[in-house]
Amino acid sequence: MITKRIIPCLDVRDGRVVKGTNFKNLNDVSSPVDLAKFYSDNGADELVFYDITASAEGRKLFTDILRDVARTIFIPLTVGGGINTVDDFDRVLKCGADKVSVNSGAIRNPSLISEAAKRYGDQCVVLSVDVARVDGVFRVFAKGGRENTGLEAIEWIKRGVDNGAGEIVLNSIDTDGVKKGFDLEMLKAVSDAVSVPVIASGGAGCIQDFVTLFKALPKVDAGLAASIFHFGEVQISDLKKELAQNGILVR
Amino acid sequence: MIAIVDYGVGNLFSLKSSLDAIGVDACVTSDESVLRSADKIILPGVGAFRDAITKLRESGLDRVVVEEAQNGKELMGICLGMQMLFEKSFEYGEWEGLGLLKGEIIPLKDFVPSELKIPHMGWNKLIFKKDTPIFKYINDGDAVYFVHSYHAVGCDDSVCSTAEYGREVTAAVSLGNIHGCQFHPEKSGRVGLAILKAFCEKE
Repeated sequence: MITKRIIPCLDVRDGRVVKGTNFKNLNDVSSPVDLAKFYSDNGADELVFYDITASAEGRKLFTDILRDVARTIFIPLTVGGGINTVDDFDRVLKCGADKVSVNSGAIRNPSLISEAAKRYGDQCVVLSVDVARVDGVFRVFAKGGRENTGLEAIEWIKRGVDNGAGEIVLNSIDTDGVKKGFDLEMLKAVSDAVSVPVIASGGAGCIQDFVTLFKALPKVDAGLAASIFHFGEVQISDLKKELAQNGILVR
Repeated sequence: MIAIVDYGVGNLFSLKSSLDAIGVDACVTSDESVLRSADKIILPGVGAFRDAITKLRESGLDRVVVEEAQNGKELMGICLGMQMLFEKSFEYGEWEGLGLLKGEIIPLKDFVPSELKIPHMGWNKLIFKKDTPIFKYINDGDAVYFVHSYHAVGCDDSVCSTAEYGREVTAAVSLGNIHGCQFHPEKSGRVGLAILKAFCEKE
């Protein structure tokens, strides 16, 4: 059967990885290419590159770096950030991305999902959603979690899947950065509602959090995290070992 | 030299990069004479069967690939490129393939249990079925990366590996000089590179 995936996420601004790192044997910890290779060599099942650049120059730099990364690693690569049009899909796919993640761009223009899915296939379109509880309701937030769109999250995600999103990244704003574990309640609601793969994001603080995630919610396909990997708090090889010992299928 | 057939389908960047990474002299080409003189041929492919086989035929390279393979040149099809090696496909209709291998391509949704997600996407472990030179550097149980909604059946003579997805799905085929991977070796990390290396080294 398909193995559970462990996915490090790299935020890139102006050509550098934003969060600091402290790996041994890695000279330039903020080089996206070096860090991507490190993860790829050390058991990551997939990488997510997120472009948080604002300027046009930064965007050009990002696509140049993407090409270098795609030349260096031989695992699936998902790219997000600043994806607003089908041309943006085209731009990053040509640089070697395998999947493209949309978030605010799909909120502004929901037909982006269906247009991209028609052209590149459902498997290529990842819908990334930032969700927080507001008065007990799961609401979708835009602009990096700063703006409440008023959209009800489960409805929005189901609509995205109907339009052709082949995968969901669910980022819980409520657990993000807290490092007390994934948002199991929110993840259950989403993974029960859709039949495409769901990637859990937000809240991982230690190895046990991933074990808990996959044991509690067998329908969740992958766990995504950034800082715990970047800061070396969790080594992917140790994480995989622990998952395997707990009967969870990993590569 | 290894020739990667470019017939206007999909992005060949990762495949070329992976061959570069293992130190293999490879080129992406739509030139008949390059394919004729190459040591080996890789036939890639993504998207829909009909579109891909139509483009391949329109390019005239289908004939070159078939003739070279029939003359004994080592050929590897990848993903949809592997599916095209067979007699026919039932992807949205019925389409004739290159007919280099016996068997046909059917939808996974009619094959695996209905509760399983389609496409079959992600890392899955290979179950070896017979010896093949393309697996000489890898082991039974190694995981590779799949993204597909169709697979080959009726290919008992060529199947060399499957993967378990509710039922055993055809993962790779190998018969004489003709090989195919349903998964993406260029996206399958160390294991995938080792498969490409073994193919490129094959005498």
